[in-house]
Formats: sequence, structure tokens, C-alpha cells
Amino acid sequence: MSQANAATKPKGPLIYRQSIWTRVTHWVWAICLFFLLLTGLQIFNAHPALYIGQQSGFEFENSVFKIGAVNTDAGPRGQTTVLGQNFDSTALGLGMSGNAERPVYTGFPGGVTIPSYRDLGTGRVVHFFFGWIFVATIFVWFVASFINGHIRRDIVPRPSDIAGVPKDVVDHATLRFKHGRTYGPLQKLAYFGVFFVLFPLIVATGLTMSPGMNSIAPWLLDLFGGRQTARTIHFIVMLLLVAFFVIHILMVFAAGPINELRSMITGWYRASPGTPSSEGDKP
Amino acid sequence: MSRLITRRNFLRTSAVSGSGLILAGCDQFDFLADKSGPARQIMERANVLTYSVQRAVIGEQTLAREYAASEIRQGMRPNGSVDPTTPEYLALKEANFAGYKLTIKGLVDREVSFSLAELRNMPERTQITRHDCVEGWSCIAKWTGTPLGPLLDMAGVKSTARYCVYHCFDNIQRTLSGDILYYTSSDLIDAYHPQSILSYGLNDEVLPVSNGAPIRLRIERALGYKQPKYLHTIELVDDLTPFGKGRGGYWEDTGYDWYGGI
Repeated sequence: MSQANAATKPKGPLIYRQSIWTRVTHWVWAICLFFLLLTGLQIFNAHPALYIGQQSGFEFENSVFKIGAVNTDAGPRGQTTVLGQNFDSTALGLGMSGNAERPVYTGFPGGVTIPSYRDLGTGRVVHFFFGWIFVATIFVWFVASFINGHIRRDIVPRPSDIAGVPKDVVDHATLRFKHGRTYGPLQKLAYFGVFFVLFPLIVATGLTMSPGMNSIAPWLLDLFGGRQTARTIHFIVMLLLVAFFVIHILMVFAAGPINELRSMITGWYRASPGTPSSEGDKP
Repeated sequence: MSRLITRRNFLRTSAVSGSGLILAGCDQFDFLADKSGPARQIMERANVLTYSVQRAVIGEQTLAREYAASEIRQGMRPNGSVDPTTPEYLALKEANFAGYKLTIKGLVDREVSFSLAELRNMPERTQITRHDCVEGWSCIAKWTGTPLGPLLDMAGVKSTARYCVYHCFDNIQRTLSGDILYYTSSDLIDAYHPQSILSYGLNDEVLPVSNGAPIRLRIERALGYKQPKYLHTIELVDDLTPFGKGRGGYWEDTGYDWYGGI
């Protein structure tokens, strides 16, 4: 292997890449999203079904997703229904979890909810607490990142970024990462999608579920096609954010976890060899 | 070589601690359910913030959305108590609520009572609204009743009154030490809201027992647990702590937020 010449390998400059605003908001979001996800699944479990429209069909069918349990010849099984298709989801813990002697029949299993047992009241208290912090942090991030240029420099993709997507896809597929002064095309697209699409969507659909907000902003109901559709979109955006998180973590490990973590803690990031130095860099 | 092992160890440690964080939902955070715990107390401040902000940005008279008749696509889903079994309620039900009285008392100039016939003869309001249960589901139905505000004015609400406490007939929970009767409460803004009606009709029929007969209060800008069924007394107070466990309602006592507008 190449450790022998690692010491002699040329190093890129150490650049101050992440401002204090980026770093603090990043970690606050990480904590918020952890609690929002686990309490959100708790809230979902109170009525583990999603619908399209204003209301939930009890005497007609407008559900698109449902987690429940059914009795079969082999005993009770967890069943998940997606767009009318039934799946046995016992192995995933959806609909039925726990051990054979003491099965638990909830939508999502207690291992991924806060609290670990059914407690909608607590789930809502914790969800809204972190919801407020999440929204406040989004506000702080947008103001700071607009002023310090982070949005313009690193987040909004430029035409050259779009043109660079195919090459960046190939680079990612072959695990060749370029550590530059700013983000790569796919990174920009991913962060742009999170900040400008997923975050606003999950907040707006959350507000659309509030009967108080419905009175002052009924247009939100029209925008999303009804309160129950908003709830469904809220859930789908949650899934997309979870997918983002999984890829985000995989990329941190693939691109060099120590360097990536250091940049998000201290702000300093070791760029690839050959990156042109500029003022403020360290060797 | 040592560097490689360090990195591998780091990866392994990260993966283990990372999955620990994911699995933390198991029970590490169950302490948040303890309503007297300091973390919970701090987090419940967010409910006060939600209430204050919504009251600040939403007009006192701003209406909840009303729907077209074509949006009524099913019966109103009954939930919570659907058939109270207290002797008092059973006797009233037996007589088709002939002896029913709705009482307004507490911090009022004069205590007043209304029979069902009197309530039905008062100015009527009909609204097709969406009922949102805290569990997450919604159901659209047509409610008919008389607005609460004018009745409160007849009783003469004292300036010291801050809340309405709604006392109900239904034994929502039966314990070894006796029945727990449903109650909830609201501020005076919700009580005086134009859509806050004492409903006696549902989808063009007499309000059925499963939905709260003879009277259910609608507070249309809040969740279902703020729509008390089997209502018999409205008490004006300046303090909610003497009732139940002091949090302003049966479900509120179990940990739901008092405002219920989100």
C-alpha cells in the first residue's frame, strides 16, 4: 500500500472553509432533526395511515400508505400497504415488533420513536420544541449565509456546476473526491435541494396541519391539496431527509471522516494537493 | 501501518457510536415523558410560544375554513367517549334529554341555565368544517348550533374571568378510585369566536350520542380534544389549576398541549 510515501505526499493547503454560522447551525440542525424524526414517528404511530385530500377516508378510500397488523394462518403479522399493495413488513418491525412472547403492535417500532412506548402527548411536546429551534436555525442560517456569501458561493449551483455534473457523477462512482475551496456540483445540488426545497417544504406542510394556521393561511391548504395531503408530503419529505442523511454520512466516510469532521468543528479543511493557495490559508 | 489501524479503529468507533445514536430512541429519552422533569418543563414552554405567536398573528375573529356540502363524504367519525355510562347521563338519555340543562356559572354576573329547547330556539349557525383529531386524521361534517358568545354575554362575564372550563357528562376513564369525567378549557377568544357553537345537529340530523348528544361545543380552530362532547356546564374562571390535575383538561392532564391549535 502507499503508507510508505504518505509522509512525502504533497499536501494541499489548509483552508478556512466553514464559517462559525455554518458550523453551529449544522450541529443544531443535526440535534433537531434527530428529535424531530423520532418524535415524528411517534406522532405518526397515533394514526399510522396517510391520505390524499382534505380528510381521511373511513367510509371511502383515499389512503396511500398504511401500517397495521393482520391475522394470518401463521398468526399475527405486520402489514404495510403502499398505494393499495400489501407487504408483509414484520421483518422490518413495521406494524408488529417486539419478541414472540410480547409482540407490540405499533406502526414504527419503539426503537425508532421517542418515547419508546406510545405517548402522543410527549411526542408532540418534544416535536414542537425542536420544531421551533429548527425553524429559528433556518432563519439564522439564511440571514448569515446570505450576508457572508455562503449561499451565493457554495449553495446555488452555477451553469458551470450543472455542466460539471456528469464528470462529478463519474468521480463519485469511482470514489475520486476533489477537496476544493467550495463544494462540487453534486454537493451543491444536494445542499440546494435540502435548503431551498426540503426544509421549506417540511416546515410549510407542518404548518398546514395546524388548524390555527389554517384559519390565517387557508391558501396553504390549497397549495398542498388539503390537510391530509400536506401530512403525506410532510412524511415523504421526512423520508427524503433521511435518505439525504444516509448519503451524507456515507460521503463523509468516503471523503475522509477526520478532515470532514474537523472542517465542521473547527472550520479548517485540508484541500486536495494542487489546490491554489490564497490569503488566509495555512500550509 | 499504525496510521491505517488508527483510521480503521476510528471508523469502527464512529459506526458503533453512530448506530448507538440511532438506537437511542429505545428508551434513553423516555424521561421526557415525566411531566415534572426539568427538560419537559422547558420543552413545554414551546407550547406557550406557539399559543402566543398564533394569538398574535391570527385575528380573534378569523374563521376556520368552511367547506362545500359536496365535501361531506362520510359520517362523522366518533372517537373518545362514544356512549357515556354515568347514571346522570343514562337518565337524561332515557328521557331523550328532556331534563337537560346547560349551565353557565363561575365568574359571571348571574348564573344562567338553558334547556335543550331553549338552545334550539336561539339564533342558529350551520357550518361545514373539518375536524382534526390530534391523532392525525381529519373528517368533514356539518354542524348546527347556537353561538356560545351571546350566551356568555347573557350571563355577564366578569372582567376577572380568563378561561372557560367545559364540564362534561362522559366518564372518559374508569379507575379503581372512580370515574374520571371529561373536561377541557379555552381562553375567552376561542369561547367568543363566531364559529364556536353549541352544536345540537350533525349532518342535518339530531346530534347522536356517539358524537356528544345533546350538546357538543365546536372550537373550530383547534384539535378534536378541544371540542367537548356531552357538555353540561361552562364555568368561567381565572385559574385552571384547581381542576383535574391542573393542566386545563382531561387530555391536557395526560400531557397534550392546552391550546390545541397546532
